[in-house]
Amino acid sequence: MTWDVAVNLAIQGGQMLVVLLLAPLLTGFVRKVKARLLRRQGPPVLQPYRDLLRLLRKEVVLADSASWVFRVAPYLIFAATWVAAALVPTFGLGLTFSWSADLIVIAGLLGSARFFLALAGLDVGTSFGGIGSSREVMIASLAEPALIIVVFTLALIAGSTQLSTIAGVMESGAVGLRVSLLLALVALIIVAIAENGRIPVDNPATHLELTMVHEAMVLEYSGRHLALIELAAFLKLLLYVSVIACVFAPWGLARPDAAPAALGIGLGAYVGKLAVAGFLLALFETSIAKMRVFRVPVFLGAALMLALLGTLLMFVTRVR
Amino acid sequence: MIASLLDPIAPVLLIPLVAAGVLMLVPSYRLGARINIAASLLALLAALSLFATGPSTGQLLLVDELNIVFIALNNFIGFTTAVFSASYIAHEVETDRLTPRLLRFYHAMFQALLCTMNLALVANNIGLMWVAVELATLTTIMLVGIYATEQALEAAWKYFILGSVGIALALFGTILIYVAARPVIGEGLDAMAWTVLITRAQNFDPRLLNLAFVFLLLGYGTKAGLTPVHAWLPDAHAEGPTPISAVLSGLLLNVALYAILRFKMLVAANQNAWAPGTLMITMGLSSLVFAAFMLYRRRDIKRLFAYSSIEHMGIATFAFGLGGPLANFGGLLHMTMHSLTKSAIFFAVGHVAQAKGTQRIAEIRGLTVTHPVLGWGLVLGVVAIAGLPPLGLFMSEFLIISTTFAREPWLAVPLVGGLLIALGALILRLGEIAFGEPEGPSVPVHASYVPLFAHMALVLVAGIYLPRPMVAWFEHVAGLLG
Amino acid sequence: MAAPNLQLDIAHMLAGGLVLASFLLLYQNRIFALLKVFALHSLLLSVAVAWQADIQGAPHLYITAGIAVVLKVLIIPGALYQMVKRLGIHREVETVVGIGPTMLAGMGLVALSIVLMLRVTETADTLAREDLAFALAVILLGLLTMVTRRNAISQVIAFMSIENGLILAATGARGMPLVVEISVAFSVLVALIVIGIFLFRIRERFDTVDMQALDRFSGERT
Repeated sequence: MTWDVAVNLAIQGGQMLVVLLLAPLLTGFVRKVKARLLRRQGPPVLQPYRDLLRLLRKEVVLADSASWVFRVAPYLIFAATWVAAALVPTFGLGLTFSWSADLIVIAGLLGSARFFLALAGLDVGTSFGGIGSSREVMIASLAEPALIIVVFTLALIAGSTQLSTIAGVMESGAVGLRVSLLLALVALIIVAIAENGRIPVDNPATHLELTMVHEAMVLEYSGRHLALIELAAFLKLLLYVSVIACVFAPWGLARPDAAPAALGIGLGAYVGKLAVAGFLLALFETSIAKMRVFRVPVFLGAALMLALLGTLLMFVTRVR
Repeated sequence: MIASLLDPIAPVLLIPLVAAGVLMLVPSYRLGARINIAASLLALLAALSLFATGPSTGQLLLVDELNIVFIALNNFIGFTTAVFSASYIAHEVETDRLTPRLLRFYHAMFQALLCTMNLALVANNIGLMWVAVELATLTTIMLVGIYATEQALEAAWKYFILGSVGIALALFGTILIYVAARPVIGEGLDAMAWTVLITRAQNFDPRLLNLAFVFLLLGYGTKAGLTPVHAWLPDAHAEGPTPISAVLSGLLLNVALYAILRFKMLVAANQNAWAPGTLMITMGLSSLVFAAFMLYRRRDIKRLFAYSSIEHMGIATFAFGLGGPLANFGGLLHMTMHSLTKSAIFFAVGHVAQAKGTQRIAEIRGLTVTHPVLGWGLVLGVVAIAGLPPLGLFMSEFLIISTTFAREPWLAVPLVGGLLIALGALILRLGEIAFGEPEGPSVPVHASYVPLFAHMALVLVAGIYLPRPMVAWFEHVAGLLG
Repeated sequence: MAAPNLQLDIAHMLAGGLVLASFLLLYQNRIFALLKVFALHSLLLSVAVAWQADIQGAPHLYITAGIAVVLKVLIIPGALYQMVKRLGIHREVETVVGIGPTMLAGMGLVALSIVLMLRVTETADTLAREDLAFALAVILLGLLTMVTRRNAISQVIAFMSIENGLILAATGARGMPLVVEISVAFSVLVALIVIGIFLFRIRERFDTVDMQALDRFSGERT
């Protein structure tokens, strides 16, 4: 008994490490693919790790006006995001803590991370931080409802908001072909793009004052604080990819109490899915232009509409 | 199809159809007008012959006690309007408002309109009826826009948009009726035939019937000009040629109300469905009261009488909504009398507008002095439409009011109130138009007074004495309506 | 959960896609794009009808689908395209209400039609219920498109999308006689001719097909 518990805990711990280690890799991979698509050499895939290590070694410079909120925020942001990312089933179902791997919990954790980030952006009192925070909150006010409605649709289909259960239902093939799922997927992808500050909502590679959102908030950070925030951003991207993969492409996920080989297959499949998602993201970002900030609400509004429509259509099928 | 050509009903449809084709090819508008009259007369005779052959039921077409009188009325007013139209358009050509080319089109469309309205009346298939009403709508849209002035185009476009919205809702309701009928009757034409539907309606799903009736009432109610979906009606009446206004008010509104009546019978045949009456009473009363108030602010003479049409359609709808033999009798009589009176008024108004060169009420004064026959004809018409004794509309309104007092006294308050308000407005306007010092330019018109006074004579006779067989017939149909 | 029924799921998906296309019509504010979305709308409709012809075993629905393809995917958008080009209409269409409230209202209408139709059609079969619910949604969205647009062309397209919804409803109602459907199609064609004539005449008179220009005449004479 205790042995089982220990193994399960080990697997859960393994999952936490896997997401932490893979997150910078995913970002590095996306950057590399983007560079190659533009016929540039691009930085090495492992560059994000080096950046993080470099930042961790550097001294922290604090603004005079910074309060304790500014100093505490990076740790809270990182912790919340990491926990959220580690809860999503990546390679296996039915892990020890999967009872808490609820989509609403994850949305809540991300929400609190965003709250602290916005607070930290405001704390120093520079105009950039303020712009960034206000834009971030504007985006969130549309993206979060969309996310919640997508969760609602999924819950209608699977009868649960727990990711393990949803993934199990999806994999079993009992769902059939649903236009609602397609709408939910599109909505979720739009939300993911907005939340991670990818093109066309935000450009993670620019510091142009007119357009930036995320970078504007973290402009005052340095050293290990910046490293944590960057890592949290990497984790967030990984988290969204994991959620989408887990719900819409649950193939290869190891069943509860599966043999170690199944876990290996699950891990392999997971890395494969990440690679595909990263490639598609890079392809999408290179083929589209950044949109003006005041167009963003329309873009996110579309996600909200699609999610709502998906839910409504779901109600039609429930009568069968 | 071949067999149905030999049907006694067929001439009512074929005569106008063939006439429409022929009129398309006749270059002279004088000849066109004569053919128009002749074809309408033939159609009228064919319609009257239906009384002799009696009820008949086919797969697609049907003549029964309810629609036969509407068919006769339709073709009678079609004929008189054709006579009026001949003298009306002669003046329009002289003043260059219409070209002979346009008149060719106008005459063809006039016959096509009569054909589609007849089809809507004799259709034994709810789908076919819908198609006929849709085609009749499209035809009238073309006719309303024929002057191609800004106002006429706007009116036609408004009519098109609102009309197509209404017609779409009506089709959805029609489909719902079919969905309700299919489990009981089975697939195919039978599940859309009146004669079959009415006998099996008690087994339909009542909720589907309720919903269908809401759509149908809104849809065909748009065509019948019921508030709140009446907005197209005043514009379309005011901006089209006056013969078309007469046909719109006298006939097309009736056709739409006839469709509502048919569906009402269907819903009423199912005990579990809502009583359709409440909805019809609400729409009818609101149309009446709304139109009565709107009458006061009219500055255009054709708009004035267009609103009066809304008012009278409201009264008839109210009467049918109330139901029962007496109210139904009143409603049917009211529809008939209103058709005759309102088309007569438009005959007069058409010539008045030509004589004065304007439709603005403020510029029409002292008609009885300048044009005595026309002026007194109009006075007679307005007295009739206001519901004063001893004319036919007094009779029908009296019936409706007395039965309302007997059964739902509270409803009589808005009913009588609306009627009195409308009466006041009409008398007020009549005083300005007909009496007082003549004003503005006026030209003599070569009016044909026969249609006008023929209608008024019928209305007067009906107000004083209804022949026994007619009363028996009205009572019989009123009983059928439930 | 019941075993998935792929036939029904595909029918559901196509009909749901039609509702989505209606939203695109509601959202789109460029005329040429609007015409393309309308062609897509009609294409989805004809595929949906053809699919239902297959699963209902009702060959006459293929004819309906064929009419829809020829008339509404090719002829009508093509004719309107030519008209827009020849009339030289402004490409952007003014909307009366903002896009956000419009979309929310659209959602409300979809919810309303689903609730309404599912309530009252409990005795009908699944296919008919879904079709009727979606059809009502398409019709109401078409009405909404009609009232939120000022441009005559977009109003016409909205009208045609309402017709598409009606055809979907007729398809779901199994065994609706073909003669009815053909005559409906015919009346739509006649409607198109009427519209065409009027668009040219309106353009001739007003130098625009913006219906707001027409509105100023109505205040005068009431």
